[in-house]
Amino acid sequence: MADQPLHRTPLFDLHVELGAKMVPFAGYEMPVQFEGVMGEHNHTREKAGLFDVSHMGQARVTGEAGALEALITADLSALETGQQKYTLLLNDEGGIMDDLMVSRPEEDFLFLVVNAAVKGQDFAHMRDRFGRRAELIELDDRALLALQGPMAKDVMTELCPQANGMTFMTAGRFDMAGHDVFISRSGYTGEDGFEISVSAAEADALARKLLADERVAPIGLGARDSLRLEAGLCLYGHDMDETTTPVEAGLTWAVAKSRRERADFPGARRILKQIEDKPEKNRVGLALKDRAPAREGTEIHHEGEPVGVVTSGGFGPTVGGPIAMGYVRTDLAVPGTSVDLMVRGKAREAEVVKTPFSAHRFFRGS
Amino acid sequence: MSETRYTKDHEWIRIEGEEGVMGITSYAADQLGDVVFVELPEVGKSFKQGDEMAVVESVKAASEVYAPVSGEIVAVNDALDGEPGKVNEAPDADGWFVKIKIADKGELEGLMDEAAYKAHVE
Repeated sequence: MADQPLHRTPLFDLHVELGAKMVPFAGYEMPVQFEGVMGEHNHTREKAGLFDVSHMGQARVTGEAGALEALITADLSALETGQQKYTLLLNDEGGIMDDLMVSRPEEDFLFLVVNAAVKGQDFAHMRDRFGRRAELIELDDRALLALQGPMAKDVMTELCPQANGMTFMTAGRFDMAGHDVFISRSGYTGEDGFEISVSAAEADALARKLLADERVAPIGLGARDSLRLEAGLCLYGHDMDETTTPVEAGLTWAVAKSRRERADFPGARRILKQIEDKPEKNRVGLALKDRAPAREGTEIHHEGEPVGVVTSGGFGPTVGGPIAMGYVRTDLAVPGTSVDLMVRGKAREAEVVKTPFSAHRFFRGS
Repeated sequence: MSETRYTKDHEWIRIEGEEGVMGITSYAADQLGDVVFVELPEVGKSFKQGDEMAVVESVKAASEVYAPVSGEIVAVNDALDGEPGKVNEAPDADGWFVKIKIADKGELEGLMDEAAYKAHVE
């Protein structure tokens, strides 16, 4: 793996030109920061940030929607044209293979966005299980840009005013400043914003048009991580993986009610039993009492006993202090419970809290 | 006259008689980005040269800071507790970490002077 050359996104040259610090991430050379993580984080919360998320997997699925539905937790028959859902790809035991966005931007196909690190195995699994019922075409000739922040809509007013008619978790095809794009009103920061799928050949030109707006700044993966952590959003491979179920991960809401009633998703027996009886562990938010951040892998103790582990942790610039997410024994997964995070051998007091740490500001309609 | 010496791991130590004040270089502070927490050792603790002595946490990650020389901690910069950002603002002044009673001045010979350190980071 380590010897394989890193992929570059269509915006690689632009990142370098803007002075980004590039790092390897999920097989790609990606910008971790431009001006600095803290400043980029705050810029996104106050104005609008532009993220290159072209490393993520994009695909188009045609044919019987039921072929895809059998592998995930969404109700695709209820997914109308123009709608988007957050859903989970599960293995046969109900373990989380990935979390993804599925939308129907136009009537005749489904559009998927999956995580970069697992896109190859996701698509192989889907193709294998689809058989002849559905077809998956990987859109590796497309880039994906995310425009996030309270001023994202104002920027859109200049470049694609029709997109401002969309509400959170809707998607469609638009002409954006002369580019043929798919846009969804969603993101990974907790802010209002858009994700824009554009052909690789036009990505650089579109990104430059966005950056020409003085409210927009380029944002790296460092701030993307602190923003999503404050928003209480899971990072695949860290906050959940194949050893965790949707119930344990606190993502039961992503298992459609109709699918629960039909009990027809992978691992349904185990998952429905967990919903009924409660699982052994649960994902929680953790607010630290002092200033020391607790990183991924930090043990969580309660009354001197190990009761779980931190799966994401760092400093939340908007919160103004260290925050973390992790798994604890279910009886302790109650807001207000006091636990110790063992940072470099020292017990640091933390409280189990509800997420998000920083309130979501999605646009659900005026 | 005080003299400052540098390690290859980007710590500096300013020699003041039998003691040395140490911190991290502006190069290191820039590489780390916004410092949000510094874990300093307790006064009275002793370290050997190269021992892990402190930890700097930026938004991104935690990084170890090593003892530039062997010795005993005689003072720590408590101001970093409330204002860790001083490490970014003035890494070689208000952003100092600890004061060490130098056990063996001979160890300073193995450290870089300013010109050598400049060449090291270029």
